[in-house]
Amino acid sequence: MTKSNQKRFTQAIIRKGIYGDTMTENGCQYRERVLTMDTMNPNVKRVEYAVRGPIVQRAVQIERELKMGIKKPFTEVIKANIGDCHAMGQKPITFFRQVLALCAYPDLLEDSKFPEDAKSRAHRILQACGGGSLGAYSTSQGIEMIRQDIARYIERRDGGITCDPDNIYLFTGASDAIVTMLKLLVSGEGMSRTGVMISIPQYPLYSAALAELAAVQISYYLDEDNCWSLDISELRRALQEAKKHCSPRALCIINPGNPTGQVQSRQCIEDVIRFAAAEKLFLMADEVYQDNIYADGCKFHSFKKVLFEMGLEYSEKVELASFHSTSKCYMGECGFRGGYMEVVNLDPEVKVQLTKLVSVRLCPPVPGQALLDVVVNPPQPDEPSYDTFIKERTDTLAALGEKANMTQEILNQVPGIKCNPVQGAMYTFPRIHLPPKAILEAKEKGQTPDMFYCMKLLEETGICLVPGSGFGQRDGTYHFRMTILPPKEKLKIVLAKIKEFQQHFMEQYS
Amino acid sequence: MSFMKDITPLVRNNFLSGIDVLSRRAAQITVEIQQGERTNYNKVLDLSSGDLHRGGIKPITFVRQVLAACFYPALLEDDSLPLDVKQRAEILLSECDGGSIGSYTDSSGIAKIKLCVSQYITRRDGGVPSSPDNIFIKSGSQTALMIMLKLLIRSKDSCQTGVLIPVPTYASFTLALEEQGAAIIPYHLCEEQGWTLHVEELRKALHTGRKTCNPVALYICNPGNPTGHMQSRKSIEEVIRFAAEEKLFILADEVYQSCVYGDDTEFYSYKKVLSEMGSTISSTVELASFNSVSKGFMGECGLRGGYVELVNLDPAVKEYARRLFSTRSCPPVIGQIALDLMADPPKPGDPSFPTFSEEAQSIKNMICKNTGRIQEVFSELPGISCQPLKAGFFVFPCLHFPPKAIKWAKKRQMEPDMLYCLHLLEETGLHVRPGCEYGQRKDSHHIRLFVATQQNIMEDALQRLKTFHMRFMKEFS
Repeated sequence: MTKSNQKRFTQAIIRKGIYGDTMTENGCQYRERVLTMDTMNPNVKRVEYAVRGPIVQRAVQIERELKMGIKKPFTEVIKANIGDCHAMGQKPITFFRQVLALCAYPDLLEDSKFPEDAKSRAHRILQACGGGSLGAYSTSQGIEMIRQDIARYIERRDGGITCDPDNIYLFTGASDAIVTMLKLLVSGEGMSRTGVMISIPQYPLYSAALAELAAVQISYYLDEDNCWSLDISELRRALQEAKKHCSPRALCIINPGNPTGQVQSRQCIEDVIRFAAAEKLFLMADEVYQDNIYADGCKFHSFKKVLFEMGLEYSEKVELASFHSTSKCYMGECGFRGGYMEVVNLDPEVKVQLTKLVSVRLCPPVPGQALLDVVVNPPQPDEPSYDTFIKERTDTLAALGEKANMTQEILNQVPGIKCNPVQGAMYTFPRIHLPPKAILEAKEKGQTPDMFYCMKLLEETGICLVPGSGFGQRDGTYHFRMTILPPKEKLKIVLAKIKEFQQHFMEQYS
Repeated sequence: MSFMKDITPLVRNNFLSGIDVLSRRAAQITVEIQQGERTNYNKVLDLSSGDLHRGGIKPITFVRQVLAACFYPALLEDDSLPLDVKQRAEILLSECDGGSIGSYTDSSGIAKIKLCVSQYITRRDGGVPSSPDNIFIKSGSQTALMIMLKLLIRSKDSCQTGVLIPVPTYASFTLALEEQGAAIIPYHLCEEQGWTLHVEELRKALHTGRKTCNPVALYICNPGNPTGHMQSRKSIEEVIRFAAEEKLFILADEVYQSCVYGDDTEFYSYKKVLSEMGSTISSTVELASFNSVSKGFMGECGLRGGYVELVNLDPAVKEYARRLFSTRSCPPVIGQIALDLMADPPKPGDPSFPTFSEEAQSIKNMICKNTGRIQEVFSELPGISCQPLKAGFFVFPCLHFPPKAIKWAKKRQMEPDMLYCLHLLEETGLHVRPGCEYGQRKDSHHIRLFVATQQNIMEDALQRLKTFHMRFMKEFS
């Protein structure tokens, strides 16, 4: 009998007299649970998600301790672990929030304090909602008018290449879309089990989803010595190896990259498309950071645009799903859970299955859909909100760019830390050189060396980062992921503290 | 040809009966009307889905004022919003990182809101303790339900995991079960007695189910959709005892708990009844209860706010449940805020209370009047009867088709009630759903009507239905 069963058994005996319990058929006074670790779906056991894992739990605990007045070498916990812009003080775009407020409470349409361009957008969105309310269900695929607007946005972005609104699916964030697509892709048993190629390092949503679906993860390494670039020969190596034990079906790319921040060159994107075409792989292009481009000479090229500029041989054959959301870029509206997927060359029968799959969850949050609509319909030069909007967007992106540069400069001055340029996205993923003594102590503690490093950093400075092991890295290398989101002055302090910690750490373990 | 034709059979087998056909036709007809191609009626009357706002009911003012202030906090400087609205918005914004609803929250939901929900549950259940640790907020109760299914269903096992579900039950749940690879074990509700749940029927279904699969869970919808029935306290006790004896995990879908109408009707939550059944049962029977902001007086389906409360879960399993919930970053913040407002609405003495109370009550009154009217109209019609509506948003009347009608449907290779609905839509513009989508006893036929709509719309719908039904019955007599 387990300890907990024993406790219940004893309790049951004590209470029997008081409540006059009916005994169950076989006379047992305790009942073994239906849902135990043994009876639970075994796939669930493989689910891990580093970004909110043990280090974050400890950070939250420390915050509580600080609140209770427990003395620490720092006065606040700085959460540089998660890509949450507003949490770090970034302000929402005024225009977007005005439109949403008007949609939520249409009485405000009479309020003269709101600009006309916001009102006209709100009015238009509400007309597309059932009963003129954000509270009505939408169709599972997303409000048609909004999908049309998104299609037009994509056409503008991609220099006129046609986008069919019917190929746009709205979701509860891009993550929801990615997992849904993976669900469709994963099938087979044993040798024919679906393999999905994903970069190392990667955003752990992918590894978690693949584990949950019991798909085979096919890791391809990004080249740290070359700015985390993608090497086709490495793709080829990984694929060949994988073919021995699974059925590779998909290739996931994150561009701009998370956690690495690299922005793919156009040439690289073409090479990837050619590779996918030759190897019959479904391309999944995670492009949620598409406006977050900082480095000179770097430009965002959407996979769709490049695909269509490569001619019919590719644009008619290669199957592609591109993902975008309201969570990143200059909007930073993570809490809205707004996202979409555009599918290209999806088999019509598969499209039917996709439509069925999305219908099960009813519909994506309508405020997120409404926000997407305003994002793709921002103020135009001749509209009242234009100046403020442009200023806010420019300032936000410029600040991020400044912080990206500052981060890589400062970290590269620290002995034992080497940092690739932060070309885009919102993170830096520096390599840390850990002395053998530190690695040993980590092993004794049962922690990965970079987790050991990050935990110590947290305890001594209050800075919360995510160890590289959560994202994947080459054996024997260690990293951490830090966001560049804290306000500039605070970021300077954070970087200085990391520098100090690193020096101290190297001394301590040399 | 794409290799993707070889997609997972679990998804491929999804059953979608005539859902597309009827909705598609309704959409087409709307276009035809807009283009002036139809003269027999000037708009499609949509009573097909449980959507309060789509049906023309206005959202609750207090709720929308708080949401607006959360979206655009500059409104807090305004004189136009009532004090309690501003206070609530301020409290909620202070719970958000960076004071913005655009930030991620804790994966299981904002702590203050989970606390608020737990307090709501305790009040509702007359003091039975509820811990925020056992509450997980998701983007709708369906999402939470799917995660519980994910925990329970072992899709790789040679012996399928089985889930008992009522007949009738709403269609998207059946889809969800099939998508997860569960075996569906149907148990019939007793229509003649007001759609009551008989344990004998559960026992029979389980016995049959055990021959072909491994039943682990029992799904209950109370109040029922589409049936509108409410379980008596005694019935709930019987079901819990059954689950205890037969080792079943109870999934209690209680999203319509605040839509209760009958004079002699009271909602008892599974948790409350469980807690009062003696410790052998109350501390061992595993239960997941679901609720959301989509129904009740809120009707905020589009905001996607729902929660599950877990009772008596193995602590190790709960830890994995927590992980499963945390891979999706967080539930939509606006949906979470709506949950807070549902769980803690304006109280007497609050500036917004009079308006709030009036708005909530008028929805209830409207539904009561509608169901009264429905019974009146049906009593005058041959071949259509309806069990009393106790709760929820729908009625599920029984159609007694003459043999000629059944033959006609057979010839057309369609379910008779589906064919009835298609023709009803075509000839009168009234869109309701056929019973075949929900499951029903062999040779019985039904339609599902949404009743939480304005009285004049209900009247219009009933007239359209009456006209069509009389003609239909006459033609096939």
